[in-house]
Amino acid sequence: MDFGRISRRHLLQGGAALTLGAAAGIRPAFSAETTIGFIYVGSRDDYGYNQAHAQGAAALKKIPGLKVIEEEKVPETDAVEKTIESMINLDGATLLFPTSFGYYNPHMIKMATKFPKLRFEHCGGLWTDKDPKNAGSYFGYIDEAQYISGIVAGHTSKSGKLGFVAAKPIPQVLRNINAFTLGARLANPKATTQVIFTGDWSMPVKEAEATNSLIDQGVDVLTCHVDGPKTMVENAARRGAFVCGYHTNQSPLAPKAYLTGAEWNWEALYPKFVKMIAAGESIPNFYRGGLKEEIVKTSPYGESVSAEARKHADDVKGKFLSAEGYAIFKGGLVDNKGKTVIAAGTDRGQKDPELEKMDYLVEGVIGATS
Amino acid sequence: MADGSIGLWTVPLAVLGGAIRVSTPFLFVSLGECITERSGRINLGLEGTLVMGAMSAYGISYLTGSPWLGVLAAGITGALLGALHAGICSLPRVNDVAVGIALMLFGTGLAFYLGKPLIEPTAPRLPAIDFGWWSDIPQVRAALRVNVLFLIGVALAPILYWAFRTTRWGLLIRTAGESSDAARAMGNSVLLIRLRATMVGGFLAGIGGSFLSLFYPGSWNEGLSSGQGITAVALVIFARWDPMLCLWASLAFGGAAALGPALQSVGVTSGYHLFNAAPYILTLAIMIITCSPKRTLTGAPAELSITR
Repeated sequence: MDFGRISRRHLLQGGAALTLGAAAGIRPAFSAETTIGFIYVGSRDDYGYNQAHAQGAAALKKIPGLKVIEEEKVPETDAVEKTIESMINLDGATLLFPTSFGYYNPHMIKMATKFPKLRFEHCGGLWTDKDPKNAGSYFGYIDEAQYISGIVAGHTSKSGKLGFVAAKPIPQVLRNINAFTLGARLANPKATTQVIFTGDWSMPVKEAEATNSLIDQGVDVLTCHVDGPKTMVENAARRGAFVCGYHTNQSPLAPKAYLTGAEWNWEALYPKFVKMIAAGESIPNFYRGGLKEEIVKTSPYGESVSAEARKHADDVKGKFLSAEGYAIFKGGLVDNKGKTVIAAGTDRGQKDPELEKMDYLVEGVIGATS
Repeated sequence: MADGSIGLWTVPLAVLGGAIRVSTPFLFVSLGECITERSGRINLGLEGTLVMGAMSAYGISYLTGSPWLGVLAAGITGALLGALHAGICSLPRVNDVAVGIALMLFGTGLAFYLGKPLIEPTAPRLPAIDFGWWSDIPQVRAALRVNVLFLIGVALAPILYWAFRTTRWGLLIRTAGESSDAARAMGNSVLLIRLRATMVGGFLAGIGGSFLSLFYPGSWNEGLSSGQGITAVALVIFARWDPMLCLWASLAFGGAAALGPALQSVGVTSGYHLFNAAPYILTLAIMIITCSPKRTLTGAPAELSITR
């Protein structure tokens, strides 16, 4: 590196940012303005993953003394490092939320090492002891909400055939498909979920084709795990099928067809993080939770959801919220090839790291991971 | 069947439905590019035009409440982008391929920028004509819900085929594409012919974009095109600059795009990545079968920078 080219201005900026960061870290309340940076991989009004985070950021904007800066469509490359540096050096950000999975390693780790006094919070990463202490990863067990969606879907479906438009067969997606199916089979033991993988996170034409093919097969309730569920929701509603949403509440798009949905609840979590910092507490580096911890939530029931379905779903939701919790993936679980994937007697609770390596589809799912 | 499913029949039906639903943008972009390339110029920027068309159609439809005004706006936007391409290319020593790539990036970038506030709202969509009224199977009816734009596109292919062969305009475009010297000797301005051909090409590509945002998938978002514009440009070469072949190629591409999801829905789940790649495999296969080291591409306009 050419040191001659680092100007005094850069040093001053960096120094100022560091002091500000240190000051914000120990200060009990936000007496001066604190800047928080949010980085999204896509557009923040996509009715999906990014919008969920943007809603969390919007909740922070309401807190006095906080300034929120945002940048959209930042690719998961060196570009995110540049964005982080400019947020720190030019805007004086002291808390950063790079929200996309691929930002974590090496990009965010590198920045956290470079700016040890600032705080970095990443969504979806797996923080380990080797990573910097000022970095953290948080994520939600959204499969709990998918399980509730599954119960409602199982009650609502007349054909017993459910559809799932999925992007890629990675553990988080498979976990959602499996939880949705297990929930549906709680309501209707004969229910099946037909899954279609489109191959990528945002493929509107493929998603629309997948939706139509599923409905042609007699599927009458659909859900999805893609970045923007808008295409699936609108196309399914046009064909007269019911839908369960994902990421955020899509009911404004199809009020009659929308049953419920699995939503992120970042607008509850982010203010919690900020309060922890203001109170001088440290945020746990590895932060996980589900419905009980208010990291995920379910959409309000649509008008087509029967009283029976509401009651069943609310009962199970109550179990998730109870002190002893509830395990979706119980012992004696068989995959759709007939192999026992969880031995009888060993329930896998939500925090079980084995679940983060899921590579199977449970009995009742029609589809394959490869 | 009692449970409302039609079993394996889903696959041919989905391919037919896909050929109708998915092919329209391919059809419009490839017909437009066909006109442009027959005049001796390549406009690779049609991907950008397609996305700009989709965005402006959605925006105008949302603001005015009339999807048809949206279609018109998409066409005009496309024609303006075409004029920009032709204008830059008429300067001396400008490479049309490079300008096309620049305009592709410009068009998509501008559309994403201007389209920001349009992702959330829902705009009025184009109506569909129900050609499946004779059937009481809902799947057949759904597959045969056809949009007028598709019919216009299908009608346009033979009209263009005829126009290239028998009209004065067709002759002028072909002359400019085959030998600019001959066109000039006839007393015509080659640049003017190419400007018009590129504008018409852009107009059609813009309309293709309006189909994406106003009919199928039917909303504006940034992943909407996912490369369909550039695929359609390649399709023209694959169709040997023949409008009728463009039509068949577009239908084949639309049907092939529906194959992956349809096979998965009936339970053929292994190798879905391969089936999703079906359109591209199809292109490669036909390219390999029809190419020959002994001659240049048949039907290629001689003035085209890739064949010259």
